[in-house]
Amino acid sequence: MSDLEARFSVRRGDFELDLALAAAEGEVLAVLGPNGAGKSTLLAVLAGLLRPSAGFVRVGDQVLTDVPVAGRARLVAPEHRAVGLLGQDGLVFPHLTALENVAFGPRSVGVRRAEAARRATGWLDAVGLAGMGARRPAELSGGQRQRVALARALAAEPRVLLLDEPLAALDVGVAPQLRQLLREQVARTGTTTVLVTHDVLDAVVLADRVIVLDGGAVVDEGPTAQVLAAPRDPFTATLAGVNLVVGEARDGGVQAPDGRHVAGREPIDAGGPAAAVFAPSAVAVHTRPPAGASPRNVWRTHVVALEPGQAVIRVRTAGSPEIVADLTPAAVAELGLAPGSEVWLSVKATEVGLHRR
Amino acid sequence: MTLTERRAATRATAGPRPAPPPRAVAVGVPRLLYVLALVGLALLTLPVLALLVRADWPGVPAAITSPEALSALGLSLRTALAATALCLLLGVPLAVVLARTSTRAADVVRALVTLPLVLPPTVGGIALLYLLGRRGLVGEQLDLLFGIRIPFTTTAVVIAQAFVALPFLVIALEGALRSAGDRYEVVAATLGAGRWTVLRRITLPLAAPGLVSGTVLCFARALGEFGATALFAGNSAGVTRTMPLAIYTAFNGAGVTQDSAVALSLLLVVVAVVILVMARAWKPGGRG
Repeated sequence: MSDLEARFSVRRGDFELDLALAAAEGEVLAVLGPNGAGKSTLLAVLAGLLRPSAGFVRVGDQVLTDVPVAGRARLVAPEHRAVGLLGQDGLVFPHLTALENVAFGPRSVGVRRAEAARRATGWLDAVGLAGMGARRPAELSGGQRQRVALARALAAEPRVLLLDEPLAALDVGVAPQLRQLLREQVARTGTTTVLVTHDVLDAVVLADRVIVLDGGAVVDEGPTAQVLAAPRDPFTATLAGVNLVVGEARDGGVQAPDGRHVAGREPIDAGGPAAAVFAPSAVAVHTRPPAGASPRNVWRTHVVALEPGQAVIRVRTAGSPEIVADLTPAAVAELGLAPGSEVWLSVKATEVGLHRR
Repeated sequence: MTLTERRAATRATAGPRPAPPPRAVAVGVPRLLYVLALVGLALLTLPVLALLVRADWPGVPAAITSPEALSALGLSLRTALAATALCLLLGVPLAVVLARTSTRAADVVRALVTLPLVLPPTVGGIALLYLLGRRGLVGEQLDLLFGIRIPFTTTAVVIAQAFVALPFLVIALEGALRSAGDRYEVVAATLGAGRWTVLRRITLPLAAPGLVSGTVLCFARALGEFGATALFAGNSAGVTRTMPLAIYTAFNGAGVTQDSAVALSLLLVVVAVVILVMARAWKPGGRG
């Protein structure tokens, strides 16, 4: 167990990843970001599978990757890093039993067969697979295989554990249990962990801190609860399930790039970047200009798409940024909404939180 | 009859009999393919059938237990096994390196590996003579410096067989390694496994089916090798006269009848079939 610090850049054609991150000993750091944000590249660099264009990776007092701008690069090989990797597909070795899989790490570093088997049995117990050591991966369910993969990763006693969308391939019914298990085991072992995910729930349940990657750079960072409660980036906002209007502080509210003005509970001083945050359920949708409503926070736009949500229909509307409203199916039918419908959106100022950025 | 009635009727006639298990319906292949497939099968099996029909069966036991036949069979098995071992020693590294390299050089090397497949074996024999013969590029030096003369020895037989059989092993194994990919190897490395451990415990076991089929093909090819052996190793009884050469000698009637050639051929067919069946029966990864 050690702390982790990394600062590097990777240039590949048009794509550039440039970031700095740190995780304290035993801390779980979640990396959120849309596809193509550079999340997998980040993990590849940490695991020693990719040499960055420049920068370093340090775990504890050992520098694992060191690529100076000028001078010789040093790269500790993946097998000597003690940096574990658990991906979406756990890649349990298909030709070995569950026990042999979990014992693989200890065996590889010279632990005797009997001792490795004893430890592996303990790990299988810990992940809820007691008595299944003799099974082959083909005889296990997807969730059980992922448990084997987790036990195998932890049995190797990594100083840093990298989790790459570890629950993304599992059935919705299985993912919650495994998420809980991950949380328990990572906490119990005190393993410093970097978790890459697109599922905000993973970050909420597992992570102490969050960084948000977009376009190869860190756009948001901080304690998980804080980042999700007051997102500073549209992607984080979508993840957190809220509307985020980023713009300039003006007239007590936020002026969006497309000219829309959002007023909030408490007015903020003019000048400087600011953000307005409000829930999709706070957005009312009208098919004609709402009469009698306060003129604040009413915008004319049109429907871009209707998407099924849980018990609601998410109405996406045109604009920059795009604003979404959650309506009941009955309301959508009553209003006769379809993509292209002209609508007016209204949001009560009391439902809007304003944040300086 | 309405649908419900019909269902009820079906149930009644079916009685307590359990319903038949569902059966998957395969997407059919064009009928013409069956015809052509049959012709193909005939092309492969009819010649062997002709051999069986025309054999002088009463004379077979004597022919295949003659000292000449047993000597040729023994030599064939020994040299083919040695050639297969040599191919494994050199071919596994070649396949692994090729499968895990993605440079232009690897493409060139891959083309070179398949060269013995398109080269007539007799040309291979001549080429080996030019390399390792007494006046050969390397052979002359070997003779001068160490007094080693390879042509027309049992060693030459093994080298000739390895030359023609190696591509079969390399191609089969490389294909298996490529389709297995390197994802498991990456995971093994992050678990702390060094390169040899990864090769021994992950790479080769995962490619085991390709390794087995490649080894079998390699052995079968070595066993049947004729052209390169004839030119590079010659045809001296007990030293370089393997089964194919013994058959050729017998067929050309050097004091023996064609019947013994046919009998020897049958023996070779039986040996080949036994090997193929054994290889099919052995399933890699089936250990407990």
